[in-house]
Amino acid sequence: MSAPASLTDRITSGAMAPALEVVDLHMSYIVRGVPREVLRGVNFHIQPGEAYGLVGESGCGKSTTAYAALRYLPGNGRITQGEIRSGGRDITSMSSKELQAFRSSQASMVYQDPVAAMNPSLKIGRQVEESFKLIGQSASDAKASAYAALEQVRIADPTSVLDRYPHQLSGGMLQRVVIAMALASKPELLVLDEPTTGLDATVEAEVLDLIRALRSETGAAVLLIAHNLGVIRTMCDRVGVMYAGKVIEEGPAQEVFDSPEHPYTVGLLNAIPRAGLRKTDRALYSIPGELPSIGTDLPTCVYIDRCALADEKCKSTPPPATSVGEGHQTFCHHVDRVGELRDAEVGAFSNVSSDDNVLQLTGVAKTFRQAGQDIPALVSVDLGIAEGETLGLVGESGSGKSTMAKTMLGVHSYDPGGDIVLDGVSVPAAATNRTPANSAAMQMVFQNPDSALNRVWTVRRILERSIIKLTGASKDDARARAEDIASAMRLSPRHLDMRPRQLSGGLKQRVAIARAFAGDPKLVVCDEPTSALDVSVQSAILNLLANIQNDQRTSYLFITHDIGVVRYLADRIAVMYLGRIMELGPTDAMFQGVNHPYTEALLSAVPSVDGETRERIPLDGEIPSPKNPPSGCVFHTRCHRFVEGLCDTKEPELREIAPGHMIKCHLDVADLGVVPVQVQRKGSTFGEADGAELQSSDSFDDTVVEGEQVDPEDTVND
Amino acid sequence: MKTSDDIELMDDAGSAVATDVVAEGKITTLKQVRAEQRAELFRKPSFLIGLAITLFWVFAAIAPSVLTSRNPRQAVRIDGSTFARKPPSGDAWFGTDSIGNDVFARVIHGTRSILLMAPAIAILAVIGGAFFGLIMGYYRGWLDEILSRIIEALLSLPVLLLALLVLTLFGRSRIIIIFTVAALFTPVVARTVRAAVMGETELDYVTAAKLRGESSFFIMGREILPTITGVLVVELTVRVAYAIFTVATLAFLGLTAGDRTTPDWGNDIADNYRLVVADQWWGAVFPALSIASLIIAINLIADSIDQVTKQ
Repeated sequence: MSAPASLTDRITSGAMAPALEVVDLHMSYIVRGVPREVLRGVNFHIQPGEAYGLVGESGCGKSTTAYAALRYLPGNGRITQGEIRSGGRDITSMSSKELQAFRSSQASMVYQDPVAAMNPSLKIGRQVEESFKLIGQSASDAKASAYAALEQVRIADPTSVLDRYPHQLSGGMLQRVVIAMALASKPELLVLDEPTTGLDATVEAEVLDLIRALRSETGAAVLLIAHNLGVIRTMCDRVGVMYAGKVIEEGPAQEVFDSPEHPYTVGLLNAIPRAGLRKTDRALYSIPGELPSIGTDLPTCVYIDRCALADEKCKSTPPPATSVGEGHQTFCHHVDRVGELRDAEVGAFSNVSSDDNVLQLTGVAKTFRQAGQDIPALVSVDLGIAEGETLGLVGESGSGKSTMAKTMLGVHSYDPGGDIVLDGVSVPAAATNRTPANSAAMQMVFQNPDSALNRVWTVRRILERSIIKLTGASKDDARARAEDIASAMRLSPRHLDMRPRQLSGGLKQRVAIARAFAGDPKLVVCDEPTSALDVSVQSAILNLLANIQNDQRTSYLFITHDIGVVRYLADRIAVMYLGRIMELGPTDAMFQGVNHPYTEALLSAVPSVDGETRERIPLDGEIPSPKNPPSGCVFHTRCHRFVEGLCDTKEPELREIAPGHMIKCHLDVADLGVVPVQVQRKGSTFGEADGAELQSSDSFDDTVVEGEQVDPEDTVND
Repeated sequence: MKTSDDIELMDDAGSAVATDVVAEGKITTLKQVRAEQRAELFRKPSFLIGLAITLFWVFAAIAPSVLTSRNPRQAVRIDGSTFARKPPSGDAWFGTDSIGNDVFARVIHGTRSILLMAPAIAILAVIGGAFFGLIMGYYRGWLDEILSRIIEALLSLPVLLLALLVLTLFGRSRIIIIFTVAALFTPVVARTVRAAVMGETELDYVTAAKLRGESSFFIMGREILPTITGVLVVELTVRVAYAIFTVATLAFLGLTAGDRTTPDWGNDIADNYRLVVADQWWGAVFPALSIASLIIAINLIADSIDQVTKQ
């Protein structure tokens, strides 16, 4: 295997040893007694101070590589071949003592889930101090260092945070603490494994800003693992694309994302709705087949089974590294033909929405009671969904999106006074009081198919049962119809007799969609149906949903965090905050025109894979608890256009600012303005620029969840 | 390898939409997983030891006379004279008790009653526990509150005390012992099942079932119950071990079904433990070791299965 040695000289300090160098790394997991190869010769290196990203589908070995880089191997993991060097020393051959010294002084890791990374029974202060004591500081020094460390990660009130327990902090705040601990030893190498995956887009943007700023302050090299290509693009200098335990393309991030030169990278990038793509423009590309499971024998090109360009040569010879630009190399025999894939023609979907509302919500509210206290989770929502329309529903976690969906479906009964009209007829509040016809008309596709499908039932039973319950069909009819629906969802007949765990994530989600369509529904609620899936599978699912809609004129309520997806699929978008609809309008208008300040902030937080960056509008702090909503406009506590004396006293009405486009804001359209789109930035310079900006304008106070709830009384009196 | 499923399908709108159908042979089938788990299980020494010991006792229960030719109720006579209170030797492997009965024969013949009663108790307890656990975990609310308080009250009293009370009130037939001990184990099982059911009701498939209008009875019995069989199997094995212990203890306290001459491990310990201080340890120690070996063996099996299936 040839390590990309030519690169070493190019980047800044050619003489220094790389911060991390992985050479021909092979690794196996022993599962049920059999060793299964998961890394099949990984090669890459990271220069001091450089940010390197690894991307790929789940199961491609990127996290394994990250853990292996610090030799954090699970009990059943074995390095079978290859070397990992950091600062010139081989990590694979270190004794456990040397390894401990290496980890405590030279390298640190930040994990995906900050909650799991902290001990729930110890105060933050004790845990942060511990990481300083580990590097030999005295108790009093460690205390001072802990304070300074939290200041460094822009926590406004370190004293109070140090005195709290992990459960009292929000996810974003905890991730800052974890980063502070990782930086305690002033590491030369920082490994970040999906550091923002569980966080809201707005919090993610803040954490990424922080990492970027810290990088320029500390000069640490960064290995970043993320499945979100936008995150990698905005954060990394160079990127490696992994597939089946191999790096199959590597190069400067900007170049790889703008002109990918491996069929797999092309497939991945084409699968995401990017650059404002709409469903009426074209269908999404998807990669056929799926990632080979670990331990499978793959003698030649690892991508051969899913590649449209594969021929005899790919079967017989492993592809060599081909240079396709400065520091940009790809492992493919057919670099000259990759262009064909980039420009492949596909059809588009048509807009089938009509003017007739299939579902109309009038004054629908939902108040939960907890410990004798009323919690208004949904506040008087008026909303109509037209036949054949996709209504996108966005907002941070805790904004009431799922509550609204579940209230519509009757999982929660709405408060008296509201009304839900389906096809001109009012339906009962509770699902248990609804007729089979009502139930059949409104169904749901859940976020996580593992949870949504009974794991001991076969696919056939899952489908047949729904058909029988929703249409009243006989057993024999149900059997025939189950096969029809399955084939319409592009499931093959042999999948019918499998149980969910035997299916891949994408197939499971197809089964869940098939179940929702068992009784010819009028409206299907899709609750983040692709957020648990890889992009290559996501595109196939989105295409499938759009396709069914084209054929059957089904309406969708599409809940998502992914702005790219909602822009692609939705005809109209509703933005929710604290159980209220803040903005509602046609998709094009939402992305071109004047927005509610909350929408502005949401849109500005999205890391773009196209390299376009908006000026980020920080959303300070947490979404307030619906138990104790702020006075006046509920968003005024976090609004960057807040007008004192108006927004904090009077709740604005939802008013129309353009045909079909409504916002719940006091401000004039002229005052709201358009968020400017910045010019594309060069990959290497944004670190410093952003750091400076972050320090001056951003304040991260208030991020403590409990006990610091906004008090409406205070704000009124001020 | 490529199957026809992998080829891009053209949909009606004319766009090429590929499927993510799994190519044949790439996924590990359930059958393969099971085979690998079984192979792993039979490589575990703890499992093999547990299995060997358990099989030995099961064999002893089915065909005791193959293992010993002596009658457990008849004093051993060697050369015409009684052979009582003799330590373990070639003539009597585990020695003889105060009457002269062969301890080995009594241990072997004593297996059957315990191996009949313990599984029966465990099965009844798991059935009862599953019933209450499902109701409590699924409905929650006041029903769960009331039943939980009752369970807590029951669990705060010593099992033995309650068993003694019931058995003195209703007599001491084998059936009454089985039902009493099973009833006393039910709350413990119910609590475990309740927790598992609560976890399941959080999952979306339960919501999906409600959305298509399924009855609570259907959701509990057909949707949730099959998913918690793992928990039930573990509970069953654990309860078998506890049942052996509890039944032996009751016998030790004199609460055996049938007459006192019937070979019974607990009973025999009770009869002989006073002789331990007189250095005649074999009469009590061998039945005690038998109880310990069976309980340990069952736990070894349960743990091994648990480890392998969790991988």
